[in-house]
Amino acid sequence: MTFMQKIYLLIPLLPLLAAIIIGLFGRVLPRFAAHLFTITGVGASFILSLLVLQDVMAGHEYNGAVYTWLTSGHTSFEVGFLIDSLSAMMMVVVTFVSLMVHIYTIGYMAEDPGYSRFFSYISLFTFSMLMLVMSNNFMQLFFGWEAVGLVSYLLIGFWYTRPTAIYANLKAFLVNRVGDFGFLLGIAMVLFFLGSLDYQAVFAVAPQFADASVEIIPGWHWSLMTVICLLLFVGAMGKSAQVPLHVWLPDSMEGPTPISALIHAATMVTAGIFMVARMSPLFEMSTTALSVVMVIGATTALFMGFLGIIQNDIKRVVAYSTLSQLGYMTVALGASAYSVAIFHLMTHAFFKALLFLGAGSVIMGMHHDQDIRNMGNLKKYMPITWITSLIGSLALIGTPFLSGFYSKDSIIEAVSFSHIPGSGYAYFAVLTGVFVTAYYSFRMYFKVFHGKEQWREVKSGHHDADGHHHGLGPHDEPHESSWVVTLPLIALAIPSLLIGYFTITPMLFGEFFHGAIVVNFVLHPAMHELAKDFEGATAMALHSFVSMPFLLAASGVALSWYFTLKRPEIPAMLQQRFNGIYRILENKYGFDAFNDKFFAGGARLIGGKLWQIGDVQIIDGFFVNGTANLIGRISLVIRQLQTGLIYHYAFAMIIGVFLLLTFFMKT
Amino acid sequence: MQQMLDTNILSLSIWVPILAGILVLFTGDDRNAHIARPLALIGSLSSFLVTLPLYFRFDKNEGDFQFQEGYNWIPSFNIHYHLGVDGIAVPLILLTSFITVIVVLAGWEVIQKRVAQYMAAFLIMSGLMIGVFSALDAVLFYVFWEAMLIPMFLVIGVWGGPNRVYATIKFFLYTLLGSLLMLVAFIYLFHHTHSFELIDYYTLQIPLSVQIFIFIAFFMAFAVKIPMWPVHTWLPDAHVEAPTGGSVVLAAIMLKLGAYGFLRYAMPIAPDAAHYLSGFMITLSLIAIVYIAFVALVQQDMKKLIAYSSISHMGFVTLGLFIFNELGMEGGIVQMISHGFIAGAMFLCVGVLYDRMHSRQIADYGGVANTMPTFAAFAVLFAMANTGLPGTSGFVGEFLVILGAMQENFWFAFFAATTLIFGAAYTLWMVKRVFYGEVANAHVAALQDLNRREVLILGLLALMVLGFGLYPAPLTEMTHATVTHLLSHLAQPKLPGTI
Repeated sequence: MTFMQKIYLLIPLLPLLAAIIIGLFGRVLPRFAAHLFTITGVGASFILSLLVLQDVMAGHEYNGAVYTWLTSGHTSFEVGFLIDSLSAMMMVVVTFVSLMVHIYTIGYMAEDPGYSRFFSYISLFTFSMLMLVMSNNFMQLFFGWEAVGLVSYLLIGFWYTRPTAIYANLKAFLVNRVGDFGFLLGIAMVLFFLGSLDYQAVFAVAPQFADASVEIIPGWHWSLMTVICLLLFVGAMGKSAQVPLHVWLPDSMEGPTPISALIHAATMVTAGIFMVARMSPLFEMSTTALSVVMVIGATTALFMGFLGIIQNDIKRVVAYSTLSQLGYMTVALGASAYSVAIFHLMTHAFFKALLFLGAGSVIMGMHHDQDIRNMGNLKKYMPITWITSLIGSLALIGTPFLSGFYSKDSIIEAVSFSHIPGSGYAYFAVLTGVFVTAYYSFRMYFKVFHGKEQWREVKSGHHDADGHHHGLGPHDEPHESSWVVTLPLIALAIPSLLIGYFTITPMLFGEFFHGAIVVNFVLHPAMHELAKDFEGATAMALHSFVSMPFLLAASGVALSWYFTLKRPEIPAMLQQRFNGIYRILENKYGFDAFNDKFFAGGARLIGGKLWQIGDVQIIDGFFVNGTANLIGRISLVIRQLQTGLIYHYAFAMIIGVFLLLTFFMKT
Repeated sequence: MQQMLDTNILSLSIWVPILAGILVLFTGDDRNAHIARPLALIGSLSSFLVTLPLYFRFDKNEGDFQFQEGYNWIPSFNIHYHLGVDGIAVPLILLTSFITVIVVLAGWEVIQKRVAQYMAAFLIMSGLMIGVFSALDAVLFYVFWEAMLIPMFLVIGVWGGPNRVYATIKFFLYTLLGSLLMLVAFIYLFHHTHSFELIDYYTLQIPLSVQIFIFIAFFMAFAVKIPMWPVHTWLPDAHVEAPTGGSVVLAAIMLKLGAYGFLRYAMPIAPDAAHYLSGFMITLSLIAIVYIAFVALVQQDMKKLIAYSSISHMGFVTLGLFIFNELGMEGGIVQMISHGFIAGAMFLCVGVLYDRMHSRQIADYGGVANTMPTFAAFAVLFAMANTGLPGTSGFVGEFLVILGAMQENFWFAFFAATTLIFGAAYTLWMVKRVFYGEVANAHVAALQDLNRREVLILGLLALMVLGFGLYPAPLTEMTHATVTHLLSHLAQPKLPGTI
């Protein structure tokens, strides 16, 4: 094993080791041990990941097995790593955000009785996510995929006494399993048709199957690659919360805020985006699949953004914005701009983690009141949270020079150059989405940090079902959070500001992703066109001031300022005026109600009928007990013959002998 | 001694637990329970130790039977005491002797009445089941097969719940009816070969129509045991009434006997019929996976729910066997072993709760995690294994079978993969209602977390579940040569004139 191979192994194993130690002995070890062990583990992983990134950029890639998981027939399933620019970048992002969240948690969860359990979970998550991004084969990808789902389940339900939390975590797991169902079928098809689960082997043989067709329903010939890619994408839809499998993500906000930042914004939910980018050699062979990807992404980007407008829970606003941004990334994938999608994934990881952690800081300042209607003017009391949240919001709406600008503008540009079916709709969606994003982001920003101090007018906080006192009283004042909270905010604000400017050239137009991402420029020339127009990061930002997206974003901010601070009665009026639309948005387009009634209710109904009619009435009632009854009835009749009276038996014997004699004498 | 070990490992594996059981019986009534318990533990441990050489001395490159022993038993009918194992039987034997240790430990304080008899029943049953897995003579097999029903019948009938009489009779009649037809098949085969040697049956040429009859006769015996839909309704009743140890053995080992029967008898003796009827078998398997999963969803009784979940998971075993490829067959075998650990652990978890609350109704629980955090951690782990989470052994078998099914038909894989959704739905919904939420009532509030003995038992099973999940290769290496051997045998027609 070479030096670098040892490092590859250490990167996921250190957080795992910390998670196991704290998971098993957390209750006997002192409290500080929980964060000491886990932060050391993930911190070391982060530093080693930087080392790996540097090594990869120096041209040292790696693809090899760690051990053979099992062998069946001629198929060998291995656990192994593929270290290239894509995975190295993901490793750095994951470990960095995770490290920040670990530190932040010391403050956020300080009073929670599940302190060490929480640290154990997030370290386990870091391990799982690293296994996912470092994998060199589909089996391990699926392992990481499900393992992050498990930790997400455990963390959404972290406060397991809350009914909403344990409803949300079950829902998240099941909806994700619907995605995984498609994903697993996709993997099975890859193995069957392409003969391997190893990425490199699959990508090597895939071109031979470009024109292959498959007959799943007799008489219908479908392109093999389209079917495989669509099945794999179903998995991505679950994990990356694309319509209609998005329903779990808003509810996942029931989990503690640090994990909303780490899992449900920065890393796990982007696993689907990562996966499709990793599979770019396959998706490039199916324009149909790319069209579907694009349309689903565009729908998510726009329609989930609308829902952000009417939310009043600070975390839910950010959650819908995450959904919408995941839609943007998906649109980029559909436009064959994989590198742009990954680029947005990276910038989004920083500014969205920042926004969530900022929201968490606000929630702490507000004494666990999450309703933005009770906030206002917090800039006076929480300056660091204020400035960093402003940076996050500006990055999110795509302010020129900030990180989000470079990635989001590139997506919009790429879509405008795409000509596959659905690209027109997608372009409209992402463009409108810019306005919507700016509006809801700054609606929240203004309500939280500016305007009147609303909590002074609210009676005196409110009481939860469990009787705990939440929120501020009229004479309370919020306080800035401690350094363990503000340090990660600052550390995330810096890349939110700068990373786009410094990395756009190598990541999108340089050689950074060469070999890791494959694009068929003849069929899908969007990236090519994009590169022609690109004249450097500064020029791009300067040109944008007269571009459509900038104007849309600026007007979104202006409108939200007008509606929120200047004339707050207008939104209320509009809400009454357009009550129908408002109701649709409030019901989240009816997805939840439909799923509850149709799928959950339907499954229970079918289960009940199959059990009561199939098992109890037909099999047991008719066949099993029926047979027993039949035998019973027959025996009742036959029993009459056995009277126990000698003369009956003697009579029968005589008749018998007589009959036998007749029979033999005749022959 | 060394000599004896080398040549008689299988006999020792069978007779050590049986003799230990008889010895335990001699301790008499419950005044000597303090002697019976450690004696049973020593017996089960030594029986486990005796089976270990089967793993270490097994030649993994050999697909044929190993550790063979043969003696004349009833010469006039050409019946032999003939034992031997291959890569399929060895893991199952080890599973049996391992689970017996667990069961003895699990009944330690819980069983207070007729302790010696209880422990002895499990020890004897363990020996008989190992006999089933290692018999190579049809009559010997049949004797073990039927004899093993008796201790289980007693365990449910004596230590069972209130409705135990109905359950035992249903269990007994279901399984007995099935095995009678198997006996008919054996007599037919004897008639043609004048032998009860399994090996002779493997090479016998049989016309397809007769093969079908033979296959159906075996099917009646084995399908009931697995159990396959629609002859499964005895299992939930038996589980509900059985004491915890009985449920564990039933789920972990007895169900596997049916699948093992298909692998050892029905398929190799009547391979053409097996191919001919594979569509039928696959259909039943898929019905089991989908239909039973729906039924599991609405169960109110935890044991019933897990029983239905077992049937659904065993559907993967039969599906894997009857798609006739390596992925499927190895997946099916791995699923058998893995299900032994997981279902055993799940029933033990219900037992832990039942011992404290005397209820199996989901509705009587809620918020158990508040009062039993360690137990909740174990239960969630096993629940996740039951949903086939990667990293646990539950994933390996299902994954391989789904991959194998895809090679035959997209829709086989499609319906099999629905377990990803339904398995998670019924298992985790139960976890939610039992473990999460506020403390539901005063009984739950008074619950005590696991004691050391319970931690040991569940800990051992957790190690197995995780160990085989993260590194299943040792298991498949054992089965590999055997499966290849078996598949090549199955691929050759046995119709007259074709050999």
